[in-house]
Amino acid sequence: MQLLGILISLLAGGLLALLCDRYASAAARWISLTSLLIATVLWLPLWPQAGADASTWLIHTDTVWVQRFGIHILLATDAIGSVLIGLTLLLGYIALLSSWGEIKHRVGLFYLNLLFTLAGVIGVFSAMDLFLFFVFWEVMLVPMFLIISIWGHENRRYAALKFFIYTQASSLLMLAAMLTLVLLHYQQTGLLTFSWFALTQTDTDSTIGWWLMLGFYVAFLVKLPGIPVHNWLPDAHTQAPTPGSILLAGILLKTGAYGLLRFVFPLFPQAAAEFAPIAITLGVISILYAAKLAFAQSDLKRLIAYTSISHMGFVSLGIFAWNSLSLQGTIIQMIAHGLSSAALFAIAGLLQQRLHSRDLNRMGGLWQLAPKLSAFTMLFSLAALGLPGLGNFVGEFVVLLGSFQVYPWATAIAALGMVLAPVYALFILQKGFFGPPNELVQNGVADLSARELLMLGILAVGLIILGFWPNLILDLSAAPIHHLLQRGG
Amino acid sequence: MDWQQLLALTPILLAASISVILLLVIAFVRDHLLTCLITCLGLSGAALSSLISVGDVAQQVTPLLIIDDFSRLFGALILLISLISAWMTYPYLQATDEIREEYYILLALAALGALILIASNHFASMFIGLELVSVSLFAMVGYLAHSRDQVKLTLEAGVKYMVLSGVSSSFLLFGVALVYAYSGSLSMNIFSQSGSPLLAPQYLILGTTMIAIGIAFKMSWVPFHMWTPDVYQGAPAPVTGFLAGGVKIAVFALLIRWLMPIQGPYLPILHNGLMAMAALSMIFGNLLALRQDNLKRLLAYSSIAHMGYAAITLIAAINVGNLSPLLAAEAAGMYLVTYAAVTMLAFTVLSHLAAQDLNYETGQLSHYQGLLWQQPMAGMGLIIAMLALAGIPLTAGFIGKYYVFIAAVDQQLWPLLWLLIIGSAMGLYYYLRVILILVNNTPEAKPTRNWGLTPLIILLGLATLWLGIYPGPSIAWVQLALAGF
Repeated sequence: MQLLGILISLLAGGLLALLCDRYASAAARWISLTSLLIATVLWLPLWPQAGADASTWLIHTDTVWVQRFGIHILLATDAIGSVLIGLTLLLGYIALLSSWGEIKHRVGLFYLNLLFTLAGVIGVFSAMDLFLFFVFWEVMLVPMFLIISIWGHENRRYAALKFFIYTQASSLLMLAAMLTLVLLHYQQTGLLTFSWFALTQTDTDSTIGWWLMLGFYVAFLVKLPGIPVHNWLPDAHTQAPTPGSILLAGILLKTGAYGLLRFVFPLFPQAAAEFAPIAITLGVISILYAAKLAFAQSDLKRLIAYTSISHMGFVSLGIFAWNSLSLQGTIIQMIAHGLSSAALFAIAGLLQQRLHSRDLNRMGGLWQLAPKLSAFTMLFSLAALGLPGLGNFVGEFVVLLGSFQVYPWATAIAALGMVLAPVYALFILQKGFFGPPNELVQNGVADLSARELLMLGILAVGLIILGFWPNLILDLSAAPIHHLLQRGG
Repeated sequence: MDWQQLLALTPILLAASISVILLLVIAFVRDHLLTCLITCLGLSGAALSSLISVGDVAQQVTPLLIIDDFSRLFGALILLISLISAWMTYPYLQATDEIREEYYILLALAALGALILIASNHFASMFIGLELVSVSLFAMVGYLAHSRDQVKLTLEAGVKYMVLSGVSSSFLLFGVALVYAYSGSLSMNIFSQSGSPLLAPQYLILGTTMIAIGIAFKMSWVPFHMWTPDVYQGAPAPVTGFLAGGVKIAVFALLIRWLMPIQGPYLPILHNGLMAMAALSMIFGNLLALRQDNLKRLLAYSSIAHMGYAAITLIAAINVGNLSPLLAAEAAGMYLVTYAAVTMLAFTVLSHLAAQDLNYETGQLSHYQGLLWQQPMAGMGLIIAMLALAGIPLTAGFIGKYYVFIAAVDQQLWPLLWLLIIGSAMGLYYYLRVILILVNNTPEAKPTRNWGLTPLIILLGLATLWLGIYPGPSIAWVQLALAGF
């Protein structure tokens, strides 16, 4: 019941924030914080014990929803799901902290959307009924769409539209594939169900399995995002307000990776294995091409957005290599990227608030004026470029190690991405923070406040822990990955 | 005709009596509120009497009408739509200087026509029902032709609807004549007739095609859709609501009744024709809606696209499915129910706004800037309606779309499924564009208080969400309605 409790506390918190907003605008913030805290307390017992029983399914909520089609409200997580839920809640706090000063109008509605987005993402990570998964998958878009379109920057309407249409259109393919799969399962067993546990037993080795797999793959690739369907991401991330960017980069992208991991291989083992070379090629192209594009940007948020695409290429690579090492790396990479990209977007937001610009060419010399802010930027840039000792390094390294066993050439080329990463990461530092103060920073820049320090500090500690003690996660994810590997042939 | 049959006719008799009573009342007292109340009372009485008798034995009342659970339940739906339509008309007409009372007579007649249409399994009663609806609607569409600034548009809409309805009726009538010449019977289910046909099967094929064309005009399937945007735009908002919700649903219900039992030799042409119309409607409806700057025209094109989606369920219904023989018919029924809720919601908001300010009536999207901040309830209602039309989960629209998907997958109608996916993706663009306009921050956006139709908006908004979140009861309801087939 904890999962249901988490969802309810977030949804109720959102509604309450909206209602209380008219009486005191600070109330909305505190209500959101409280509902996040309640959700966190409910989540704590879900933190899995390392080396637990191999069946590893932690919590079940199972109620009939639509009798006619055998649709259930089936919520369950294994260690992977609950770690990702933890990441979602953590980034919820970060988004809340970053919105504390930035969002000034229609505060209640903003927190409604923020908490609903979190609830939607947590739903995606815990729904094991495909219909329910699809509902969460689509519903989490609506509040995010509103966040971008109401509180976003200058070109927000275009970005919000693009974001929504890309994801929604691709998910219609998934819906068609899902229904076909369900009917296929019905033909084979006479049982009409959307349960993941039942559908993974479906025989999908025929050619139709290929098409169905593609339907799911495209939906998740758009969300991941991977080339060639990455086009929505730079716009959405750039135009979203800072808390929106944090959630987008930190957790919404992970839902795509999670989908690949949880659905594409276990449901269509053979088709996915046959498709892997293509997916890996696309992943490698994503890594290199997006890294190159990132280097060409002068808009700080756009630059970070492209680095996200590049880093998610590693996730693609790791998942489609489909062995325990590469999958372990993928999980670490997802968490590490969640933390580091959220941090970089938070910093971009702080700079925008201070300088009213995201243009790197007009910054420069920030180090002398705001040393704390700059030091944090340095730390997170180094994390993004894969410095040993920080989480991202572990993730990328283990992914490469795992996939090298299966696809040595593709892995070798992908490793070049680790050469390109320092280029853009150091480019941020050199342009923005070193050198003489440029036009925008002439009048001085305030350094971090206590709230901002707390926000970035949490993320930095997270990355360092992940870098030095990756076993914390690796031990947890070993069992469910073993389980997935068995299912996914 | 015995008592049993007369009793079965109660809803239709009640609906018919409304217009008679209204005529008498208006002769003595002219009072808008009273007229509206009598209409609402009569309609809800008819709806209740229809619902109470659900589960009784199906009654064939004269060869013309069949009163089974399908007629009772969909009749109740139509009566409910008419009731909502009467409710939303009240504040709207109150704001005009036109003579108001006669409008409700027309509305009651249109509701009666729709009831007859749903209950007909005979071409004569079908024609009577259809004409009753159409003739009342000519007058309703043009009702305000002399009291509005946009006289031209309203008049044009009325005339256009009349001319095209006339054309469609003549197609229909000629088709019926040909089918009669072929089979010697006006019964819709011609295969239940014994005896050999009188003419060559070509007559039957031609006749059926012409009937289908006549109906396609009413459903505004491409290429018979030309009247739709103009009429939607020119007609008063509550009338457009009835046209979009009530009429289309009644005609579609008739199609279900007509086509479900057909498994005959002239199937291919009907099948292919429907497929072509569905495909064209999905393509052109969505394409033409993309660049609309007028909300009413946008909704018109969107309804064309939606009727295209609905046609998929009909095509699937002609064949027997894998999952269950009635899945496709159930899909069609659910599509109607969900579409009714969403459409009525959208047009209630439009009527609510139009009653306050004529600028909203023109439908220009620029007037809707920042509506969410000016009138939160109306804005929320329209946003929910747009999300539902776009087929976002947890709204009624998604359940309808889900059913179309599963019917198409079940019948393996892949090309239509592709068009459905592409069409829905295009649809997102224009529905979201409306939402973006509604949430746009305008400097002068100040909340205004105006009750008007707010209670109805809240009710319909909740209904839209309820249908999407908990579809179980409505599925059971539709299954019950179809159990007789």
